[in-house]
Amino acid sequence: MSAPRKIALSTTPTPEALAELRLGDVVYLDGTIYTAREGVYMRALEKNANIPMELPAESAANFHCSPAATINGDGSFTLGAVTATASFRFAKWIGPWMERSGAKLIIGKGGMSSADYKRDFVPNGAIYLTTVGYGTGALLGRGVQAVKAVHWNEELGLAQAMWVLECSGMGPFIVASDLDGNCLFERENAKIAPGLAAAYEGTRPAVLKRYGETDDRTDEVI
Amino acid sequence: MISIDLIQSTAETLMDKAAIEIPQDYLDGLRATAAVEDGDLSSFVLQAMLENYEAAKEDRRAMCGDTGCPRWYVKMGNEAVVEGGPVALEQALRQATANATNGVPLRPNRVHPLWRTDHDNNVGIGAPEIEYGFEPEPGQWIDLTTVHKGGLFGTDYRMLFPSDGIEGIRRFFLDSLVAFGKRGLACQPAIIGIGLGGSKDTCMVLGKRAACLRTVGDRNPDPEIAKLEEEFRELGNSIGMGAMGFVGKSMVIDCHIEVGYCHTGGMQMSVHAFCLSSRRAVARIRADGQVEYRTDPEWFTPYQRRETVGWNNGHREAAE
Repeated sequence: MSAPRKIALSTTPTPEALAELRLGDVVYLDGTIYTAREGVYMRALEKNANIPMELPAESAANFHCSPAATINGDGSFTLGAVTATASFRFAKWIGPWMERSGAKLIIGKGGMSSADYKRDFVPNGAIYLTTVGYGTGALLGRGVQAVKAVHWNEELGLAQAMWVLECSGMGPFIVASDLDGNCLFERENAKIAPGLAAAYEGTRPAVLKRYGETDDRTDEVI
Repeated sequence: MISIDLIQSTAETLMDKAAIEIPQDYLDGLRATAAVEDGDLSSFVLQAMLENYEAAKEDRRAMCGDTGCPRWYVKMGNEAVVEGGPVALEQALRQATANATNGVPLRPNRVHPLWRTDHDNNVGIGAPEIEYGFEPEPGQWIDLTTVHKGGLFGTDYRMLFPSDGIEGIRRFFLDSLVAFGKRGLACQPAIIGIGLGGSKDTCMVLGKRAACLRTVGDRNPDPEIAKLEEEFRELGNSIGMGAMGFVGKSMVIDCHIEVGYCHTGGMQMSVHAFCLSSRRAVARIRADGQVEYRTDPEWFTPYQRRETVGWNNGHREAAE
């Protein structure tokens, strides 16, 4: 068993820094990150609202996250834990978002597919970082030095708003895709799959199947 | 009579404890799992989680950014009387949920399913859920348990039939673990709860309570079911997958099975994963103002699992 490499990375990383990263490396981030998920994507990409930040100059790190946080009466923020949400649901927006925002680091939970990486990430020179656990919310919260701003809170609510976070040594994250579009989770699943047959010995498929799990509309189900 | 102000202030403390302090039984279970995990990435993840629990307690911040959906399990002794009655009780629990959401803070997860609108306080239509149980145990007391179950993944239901048998149960168990374990969507290793029987809704309730209201190491009093629980824990840990879906052997911290009588032709089954942030906190409040905090809900008592028509002085009546 070998411990993974630990690497400090800027949230506006150079292409060279990204090229250095290998699947399974552990990364800690310095700089500004922002949260953006379905609410921000729909507002920016489908309603064509102006993004209220200078991207990617301010940050090239898009976090799929809603923090456990509150906006106090005096306008200050209380931020506790920070954890990512599952990214595969955002696949249809991620390509257009990277083109629009110049994001180089997509940070979330569970990664995306190698097809997504090859289609959207590789042409944009971007990689995927997964949070660890899930979720190391308290550790990630410690890495946040300050909440710099919250955009679109009125329009989208606290959970979907664009939180701009100043980070120092924020992590751990694990490199889940590289610049060639290789996928850490698919690599692991390929290693696990051959052994599953043994675990399934002594089991039997259910007598009543579920209609709709295939596209065969003539399926008898039984 | 049990003071309503004491109920609300205790409930607020419970919300804080649940979000921040990992229950000791789960922590011990995870440490034991981490000690034998030999997948390098899986092992790194478990160590990071153990550090995370410490950071949460030191900083008094929520252990996970997704603070789940707060809900309440209320159990009352047969003689308990709450000041203001059940309506005041529900109001106090809703108020405590809202106050703690802004106070801890928690993530205001709860939104309207269609309009996606919310009150930024985890309170809304049907939220938080409040469920009830009663006990013959004497004395004026009320147990409040809050569970902040996280995760959109890891839960599934299927109508099986007697002919599916144990092979079918095993199959659906594995299907659920693998489907939600890939990429770690179930936030494993988890306490897996399995509901068997009842009807569709009660099967889901049984499985969820098996996951959330029993502690690591607890066994079903039916020795055959207890054996199944242990078999399924080992089975889950033998599929070659660990934390985050990486190569490893840590999927199941423990497995709990609860059963309910069902239709003679069916065998309902549900699977629930109570994640790496298995948030639960309990307090017993008495009429004399005493409050005792604990992490074991002690929900599944002989009375909750009773099979017979009557119940006399704590003694089970003969089945006939």
